[in-house]
Amino acid sequence: MFAEIVLIAAKDLRIEWRSRVSLNQVAPFAVLILVLFGFALDADRATLSNFTPGLYWVAILLASILAVHRSVGVEAGEGAREGLLLSGLRPASVFLGKTAALIVQLLVVAIALLGGVVLLYEASIEEPALLVVSLIGAVLGVGAAGTLYGAILGGQRARETVLPILLLPVLSPVLIGATRSFGAAMGTVAADGWAWTGALFGFAALYLALGVVSHGILMEEN
Amino acid sequence: MEITASRTTRLLGFSVLAGAALLVFLAFVATDADVRIDANSGDEIGQFDAVRLIYVHVPVALIAYFAFFVTAVGSAMVLVKRSVWWDLVAGASAEIGALTAGLALVTGSIWGRPIWNTWWEWGDVRLLTMLVLFMLALGYLAVRKLEGTAEERAKRSAIVGLLLIVNVIIVNRSVEWWENDTLHQQSTIADATIEDLTLFTLFFSMVLGLAAYTWMLIHRFRLAWLERQDERFGLEDALKRRREEATQGGPT
Amino acid sequence: MSVIELDNVVVLLGRFPALAGATLRVDAGEAVLLQGPNGAGKSTLLRLCAGLLRPERGSATVLGIDLSTNRQSIRPRIGYVGHLSMLYDDLTVAENIRFWGRAAGVSEAQQKAAIARLQIEERLLDVPVNRLSAGQRRRTAIAVAASRRPELWLLDEPHAGLDQSGRDIVDSLITDAAAAGGAVLVASHELDRVGPVVDRRVTIAGGMARDQEDPQHVR
Repeated sequence: MFAEIVLIAAKDLRIEWRSRVSLNQVAPFAVLILVLFGFALDADRATLSNFTPGLYWVAILLASILAVHRSVGVEAGEGAREGLLLSGLRPASVFLGKTAALIVQLLVVAIALLGGVVLLYEASIEEPALLVVSLIGAVLGVGAAGTLYGAILGGQRARETVLPILLLPVLSPVLIGATRSFGAAMGTVAADGWAWTGALFGFAALYLALGVVSHGILMEEN
Repeated sequence: MEITASRTTRLLGFSVLAGAALLVFLAFVATDADVRIDANSGDEIGQFDAVRLIYVHVPVALIAYFAFFVTAVGSAMVLVKRSVWWDLVAGASAEIGALTAGLALVTGSIWGRPIWNTWWEWGDVRLLTMLVLFMLALGYLAVRKLEGTAEERAKRSAIVGLLLIVNVIIVNRSVEWWENDTLHQQSTIADATIEDLTLFTLFFSMVLGLAAYTWMLIHRFRLAWLERQDERFGLEDALKRRREEATQGGPT
Repeated sequence: MSVIELDNVVVLLGRFPALAGATLRVDAGEAVLLQGPNGAGKSTLLRLCAGLLRPERGSATVLGIDLSTNRQSIRPRIGYVGHLSMLYDDLTVAENIRFWGRAAGVSEAQQKAAIARLQIEERLLDVPVNRLSAGQRRRTAIAVAASRRPELWLLDEPHAGLDQSGRDIVDSLITDAAAAGGAVLVASHELDRVGPVVDRRVTIAGGMARDQEDPQHVR
């Protein structure tokens, strides 16, 4: 099972390495959102640095929609979805492998964006450990839920319009938790960042479990 | 012609109508507006006529949650028993749930304007949960309309339907925690001394709401069932036409 | 021993009955040509036999497994070549063959043998699939299927896009598989080409397959 997960994850990451979609398109898109927020909020330094955690995570969630599309699209193109069925791989391995690859890509985007807020918004990081751990927890949750809802929509033509309304409300707890944790780590709010980080990991664990359980049902076309 | 009514649903429908008339009487005539005298200043305080909105607001909110509970049960039954019947129940219930969740938001907003002096209050966990429920419901209904065979759609919808309830609980918990953590203004409903008749009217409105829900659910379900039957008959037709291609030398 | 046994099978694509009562039997050691006009249901029948579609009505048994209950288990035993290549565009030929080989638990020796069998040139191995011609893609897709040493071959227009040597390779794959006791079901419009290498023809029209009463035994 572990070998299968690694096989799928390595495949997705290799494809990403070749095509650089996350690196050259998704990450710049996320940074672009930061710039737009800067314009929209009149480049007011105090406001920007005060709201950095929230703006950061909104940018990540919007960028993650693109990343999920790409992750699903890789399988939808030349009928690879059916290839996966025909090769007899366990659906749970496919889910975990694709989730792992998505998480790695989102982490790269998240780190690029972190550089963005430090440079553009002058965000100061008071508690680096809390920041890093909560970032990992949140990205795990986004990756797991994103892969699951991506699989629900599969190769559907309506995927592009349905995915955001389906996924974003589901991710709203992640937005709340990650914003609180980041706020605590950046010293902009007095919140128990570690407790929120724990909740983020709880969300991630729940969605990993839900994905493992339901992916078998979803992969079968009918 | 097939109709979706039966003797039972007609009786139920008329009861709901009669009940609605009685509720209007109870809500606007029999019960008093919420007016109290402040012990210190002697001013009139309370919710005044706005309090009458609870006879609509509370039942629709109740039905919204109940409807999605039924959707979740139906979704589970689809996955466990591969039952088409339950898929239709889940879908019918979700439609009513989306409608009542929307109504609950609107009536709540109208009530909030005079009482809280705002259309929307970020400090109230029930509002935010209901809003997210409404959005999740729209997502669920969008998934129901995706392409595929009946079984495929049923399975996919069932998973989204079950996740919906899970998500509502997570959102509710996290919003509640968030509010306590953020020191948002906490919602305070003025502790009106609820009179017996007011209490009865509220209780009656909830019973009426559930009766109306049941009535709508039955009709919506039967309509969906007829549509499904139509697809079945459509299949026989389609099979016949498909087979005729063989003698005509293929499709044109 | 029958490898495929279909009895009056109906398959729906959405609401459209792509198969409207298909009856077919293919035995071990047999290569069968599936012929019929466009839209007759050839591809659907092959996809059904590959365990990718669910029979709505009728009974369908492939490799001894009832398709309505447990079609997952037969899939790795089948070599299915469809219209879509089932390859990842951004990966090279070698990477695709390696990935799909590992996914199906195929040894490296078998992967190498398949590459040799399809005569895929050394220089092509490190080329991303999105830079291949249609014929080269087809060869790669067939190599992926061949590396599994399938008990049942399901070939959907396998000659399409292939050059002369590629076509010869496909023909020899078909005859060799049948000779080795496997079964082959091949859908094709190139009746003159495929006719000589199969044992029997089945005609499909209007989603109904019927065994030809007077099989044209060429061999």
